[in-house]
Amino acid sequence: MTKLDSKIPAGHISEKWTNHKFNMKLVNPANKRKYTIIVVGTGLAGASAAASLGELGYNVLNFTFHDSARRAHSISAQGGINASKNYQNDGDSTYRLFYDTVKGGDFRAREANVHRLAEVSSNIIDQCVAQGVPFAREYGGLLDNRSFGGAQVSRTFYARGQTGQQLLLGAISALNRQVDKGTVKLYLRREMLDVVIIDGAAKGIIVRNLLTGEIEKYSAHAVVLATGGYSNVFFLSTNAMNCNATAIWRAHKRGAYFANPCFTQIHPTCLPLHGESQSKLTLMSESLRNDGRVWVSTKKGDMRNPGDIPEDERDYYLERKYPSFGNLAPRDISSRAAKEVCDEGRGVKGGDAVYLDFKDAINRLGQHVIEERYGNLFEIYETITGENPYKSPMMIYPAPHYTMGGLWVDYNLMSNVPGLFVLGEANFSDHGANRLGASALMQGLADGYFVIPYTMGNYLAGDKPTLVKTDHPEFEKVAKEVKDLTNKLLSIKGKRTVDDLHKQLGRIMWDNVGMGRTEEGLKKTIEQVRQVKEEFWKNVTIPGSGDDVNQTLERAGRLVDYFELGELMALDALDRNESCGGHFRTEYQFEDGEAKRDDEKYSYVSAWEFAGENKWNLHKETLEFEYVKPAIRSYK
Amino acid sequence: MEAKKLNLTLKIWRQKNSNSAGSFIDYKVQVSPDASFLEMLDELNNSLELKGEEAVHFESDCREGICGTCGLVINGRPHGPLAKIATCQLHMRNFKDGDTLWVEPFRAKAFSVIKDLMVDRSGFDKILQAGGYISVNTGGVPDANAIPIPKEISSLAMDAAACIGCGACVAACKNASAMLFVSAKVSQYALLPQGQPERYQRVEKMVKVMDELGFGSCTNTYACEAECPKGISVTNIARLNRDFIMAKIKNKEVEV
Repeated sequence: MTKLDSKIPAGHISEKWTNHKFNMKLVNPANKRKYTIIVVGTGLAGASAAASLGELGYNVLNFTFHDSARRAHSISAQGGINASKNYQNDGDSTYRLFYDTVKGGDFRAREANVHRLAEVSSNIIDQCVAQGVPFAREYGGLLDNRSFGGAQVSRTFYARGQTGQQLLLGAISALNRQVDKGTVKLYLRREMLDVVIIDGAAKGIIVRNLLTGEIEKYSAHAVVLATGGYSNVFFLSTNAMNCNATAIWRAHKRGAYFANPCFTQIHPTCLPLHGESQSKLTLMSESLRNDGRVWVSTKKGDMRNPGDIPEDERDYYLERKYPSFGNLAPRDISSRAAKEVCDEGRGVKGGDAVYLDFKDAINRLGQHVIEERYGNLFEIYETITGENPYKSPMMIYPAPHYTMGGLWVDYNLMSNVPGLFVLGEANFSDHGANRLGASALMQGLADGYFVIPYTMGNYLAGDKPTLVKTDHPEFEKVAKEVKDLTNKLLSIKGKRTVDDLHKQLGRIMWDNVGMGRTEEGLKKTIEQVRQVKEEFWKNVTIPGSGDDVNQTLERAGRLVDYFELGELMALDALDRNESCGGHFRTEYQFEDGEAKRDDEKYSYVSAWEFAGENKWNLHKETLEFEYVKPAIRSYK
Repeated sequence: MEAKKLNLTLKIWRQKNSNSAGSFIDYKVQVSPDASFLEMLDELNNSLELKGEEAVHFESDCREGICGTCGLVINGRPHGPLAKIATCQLHMRNFKDGDTLWVEPFRAKAFSVIKDLMVDRSGFDKILQAGGYISVNTGGVPDANAIPIPKEISSLAMDAAACIGCGACVAACKNASAMLFVSAKVSQYALLPQGQPERYQRVEKMVKVMDELGFGSCTNTYACEAECPKGISVTNIARLNRDFIMAKIKNKEVEV
């Protein structure tokens, strides 16, 4: 059994990364091209990693299931990216960003990783500007900032409401440059379906060519997974339709530990559900809470239109409960507060929605300022709902958005499987039990631009340049298992559709492993998830063949993994008898409804080892807090 | 509280693969006016799968109008009847009960049909890979505020950078020209100080690959701008043309 070694370097927190960079081994420039690295995913983490490793001279193979690298879901991130530049002279520093992130994560993240993230945050902004990313600017020509949840300084850089798009296109431009130079070979429309481990180390992947159905084998000296999060286990989430957990889950089944699977983030500002046919939920950027005020009626089941509810009958509950952070309280806290008032029956017309109101900001600043700040978000809102948010308040409700959990990695971002690295949302490392707004983009790019180029060299320097051939028996064996799975799926020919079964799983997960979790509900969930899984394997229907484009088959393969992951999420939530960040166990709360952590018993990372169907072994990595002492996380 | 459903006839382009001929197939559907166009297709596919028939293949991902994956021609218009939205943002409340809707893939010589409503737009990436970037390596760059950029210039660059690479401009153009797409990227970098060192080599390289891939030439019909979901302006094409002429002169000087 592998022992969990986080490999945190010794020394003062502010010197760990600097010293580690010096102590790591290097690969001579002339030898770099002898090493092949597979990068799966072309989002912020994957594209920045592939481009940076290519620039260094490694031979990089970069895979995506999309028709173009630019489609990766990072493109949808709206609000911004944090960096401790202190351009606003408002008291920001590396240490403050580090402090805010550890506290924001409810003391369940690794201090050393978070400090490194804060250290490199400034370099990310420099890098993006050099690439031509058109960040918002002040009249004097310098960069503008805005505020995000969980921080009392303005450190968020943005490009209108399309920051993720601009950062991703910047990273993709760096990637395209390497494709042009021949250091990176891009494989489009390939879905990774398994990882090949030889003599205990990751040596390649098996992919399905989504155009021809062919199962292809690729060999490398190291494999980097940057394949995003797993919010789509809930069916309805703010993730894109094709986001999935397959790459990390199949790696988990081959030995990589899955850490903190129950740490999921429910984003407070999304559009409410409209009906049964709904395919996904739409996020409204958190940046809106800079100027929007959240409220509901003080009365239960109030059927009046918002304009008819007078000021003194409105409850601005975030401002009331958290006066110092107000509408910018962190996501987990804001989401739970919204659920609470809706559960009381005080949601919009008694339903599941709260108001996000810009009336005061429009009166104070003028509509043109609001338009300039959030114009495209207001347009998105109007397109979807048919209502004009300049005239009547927006209606919002929380929705699954981000997963802090992911594959376990050490300080070098390597999983417990040697040679298997995991970056961005796919790993568990930096956000603890709750991620602060505008920190996902920061982490994705930190991992890809500024961490993996160093730690990869350190790993490869200890590896021989000989490349395993893809006719190695292990490659053949894994490829055959992948083909068998495809054939098995196609042979069921039952009576229920993939989406129908996915929706059923999603409802179970949302009801019991969503914003409020109980021991009883979680135990029931494990049973129910197994039942739906069984039903799937008996009764799913997947028309078409495996030798052709088949989107139904693609979705089915992803759902297979969600069943198992769903069960593990419930198991992890059951193990954690405390409330922290996005994980709220109803049994563990203070009288005022705030989350009650149990640092004595649960100050650890849960790293789950797959041990056969429905079986896992739990390994614990104890978290040490030397610098930010755990305290009740107060935003009052 | 759901509103009354709409009864619609869909005439959808079905085509097995790039080598076979396609045709329109009729489907009758009932849909909530609150559903999106693609959710209507999801429901249709669900009903087809229940009958053991293959789903209508179409591409989409973010369903928020930003990833550029989706793209259908609806009643003859790329991304449907409304201006400045992608197909995924089109909602059924914009149609009437009893309507007949024609649904086709984006068609262009350089975009071959893969299956049903899916097309191959990889030509766009080939153009960008030819020079649609600023050559900086990771690390070793100046502080972000060392390069002041006037707000209005930055804003113009952002207008151009907002392109989502969906291909509606090509599908809308009678010549299947990619000039709006290419000029948006050329303009973003041409406007910014960081883009100046490679400005004229960039435009020549990108235009060369664009021509090689079989995209048509621009004859100023402005159909691209009218159908662009992000409202990318044709003034970018004018900027590309200016830079392209300048490039012919400047690059010659460099060669000598």
